[in-house]
Amino acid sequence: MKKEFKIIAQIIQNNKRVLDIGCGDGTLMEYLKVNQKNDVRGLEPEKNLVQECIAKGLSVIEGDAEKELIQFPEKSFDYVVLSQTLQAFLNPEEVLNQLLRIGKQTIVTIPNFGYWKIRLHLLFKGTMPVTKNIPYDWYNTPNLHMCTIQDFVNFCDKKNIKIDQSMCLTNEKISEITLTNMRYKNIFSQLGVFLIK
Amino acid sequence: MNNDIKKIIVDQSLTLDCGKIIKDFSVAYETYGNLNKSKSNAILAFHALTGDQFVTNINPVTKKEGWWKFAVGPGKAIDTNKYFVICANVLGGCMGSFGPKEINPETNKVFGTTFPVITIKDMVKAQKFLIDSLGIKKLLAVVGGSMGGMQVLQFVSLYPDMSYSAIPIACSASHSAQNIALNELGRQAIMADPNWKKEDSIPSKGLAVARMAAHITYLSKQGLQEKFGRKLQDKGSLKFSFDADFQIESYLRYQGATFVDRFDANSYLYITRAMDYFDLEKQFNGNLSLAFENTKSKFCIISFSSDWLYPTNENKEIVIALNACGANVGFVEINSDKGHDSFLLNVPEFLKTLSEFINSTYNEINNEKRI
Repeated sequence: MKKEFKIIAQIIQNNKRVLDIGCGDGTLMEYLKVNQKNDVRGLEPEKNLVQECIAKGLSVIEGDAEKELIQFPEKSFDYVVLSQTLQAFLNPEEVLNQLLRIGKQTIVTIPNFGYWKIRLHLLFKGTMPVTKNIPYDWYNTPNLHMCTIQDFVNFCDKKNIKIDQSMCLTNEKISEITLTNMRYKNIFSQLGVFLIK
Repeated sequence: MNNDIKKIIVDQSLTLDCGKIIKDFSVAYETYGNLNKSKSNAILAFHALTGDQFVTNINPVTKKEGWWKFAVGPGKAIDTNKYFVICANVLGGCMGSFGPKEINPETNKVFGTTFPVITIKDMVKAQKFLIDSLGIKKLLAVVGGSMGGMQVLQFVSLYPDMSYSAIPIACSASHSAQNIALNELGRQAIMADPNWKKEDSIPSKGLAVARMAAHITYLSKQGLQEKFGRKLQDKGSLKFSFDADFQIESYLRYQGATFVDRFDANSYLYITRAMDYFDLEKQFNGNLSLAFENTKSKFCIISFSSDWLYPTNENKEIVIALNACGANVGFVEINSDKGHDSFLLNVPEFLKTLSEFINSTYNEINNEKRI
């Protein structure tokens, strides 16, 4: 299981209700269900991935988060997880509002557009950055709203969203983001992980 | 009746939704596979409008293959080497269960239209007697498509802790206006038949027309176009008559003609009426979620992309209601151009999902952890 999921799983306490938005093939869900006794549900737009999840015994609904989230009652999950998908929505702000409504706490991870390689790519090559984590060209990318770790923190600040935990992933190493190391982490981390409410 | 038909006679009384009380009525059924010692591998399959208890293999009465031959059998999606599959003929049916074709002991005549109007709830309650008589406390799954799916929903609503899982396929929690209209079309065709209600005669023409009309609704426009197009029955040219020029006409006529051999016109009236009356939402004062409030079942809801009779959005209403009450639900729409009938046909993606969901549920309750 990838490092990112390990961080998410560490944040989530045992025996809690979890909704995984864009759960893919259900790797994280299965881990949470088996190892942490979490009661997990998933939402995934790709049919074949939904079928894969159902085969694993995971309760996953085929659907698009921008349309489907309204059906879940307020605070009906202890955690709602959104892994590297926020930037792909037409209206990330509205999706985030829904996540905060449904979950008592929400875990959001974002690919960091402030990562130094991305900055240098644009600075020196003068073309839209294509990296290992963000492997798309400008004309076929699903990532409509890329942001940096700093952008996301600023956004939460502006919208009065409370950040309970913020971590980042730098070359597979996990560390905490603090007010003092923020500028540094925003350059050297590929991924930000936030526990918000 | 036929010796090949197993049945129980329910000696308890059942109060029907219409208010009538029935007693000593028969529930005809068939089973496939073996019930294990712990009685934890039983699956109750509900049949649709024109189905019967003979799910798979050769139906001993009609001599045709069972309606769910692609899904049920040894090594199939619902593997009868592993699971014990039960199916009962619905109340109002014509394959041995208490229905309009039976003799009314009070008059010694066939019930016909003096049979009480029955509902999906009545059908489900009747089948509960069968499950009890088999000594099964909790089913592994309740499964069914179309009207079978309605019975699944009604079953989990009535008996929230009697099945580990529930698989309603291509169905709806309340019958739509369009579906009521289509059923009415079929009923009117039967009732317009001069032979209808005449003793000792079968209104086969009307029933055949009803079947032809209904059959169109089970397919998709694209599926029909691909299979038949404008192909002519005889390769030559148009006959400039009302004979079946086109292959689609001939196909429908055949569907109608063969149907009347195996189905009772009054059963058709009663069962379509039961479908029309089905409104689970209304049973719970307009809040469908309340129907599933106490459910302990794990749900897998399946719809088909080209099904316009029970379209995906109607199936999704069930998903939404289940989510609203925090139930355990998965949902997938299967891509298929075979229309509503997809659930009866060889649609590999569907059969795979069905099989894997049931297997994973079975493994879960038998504590086979895989990580």
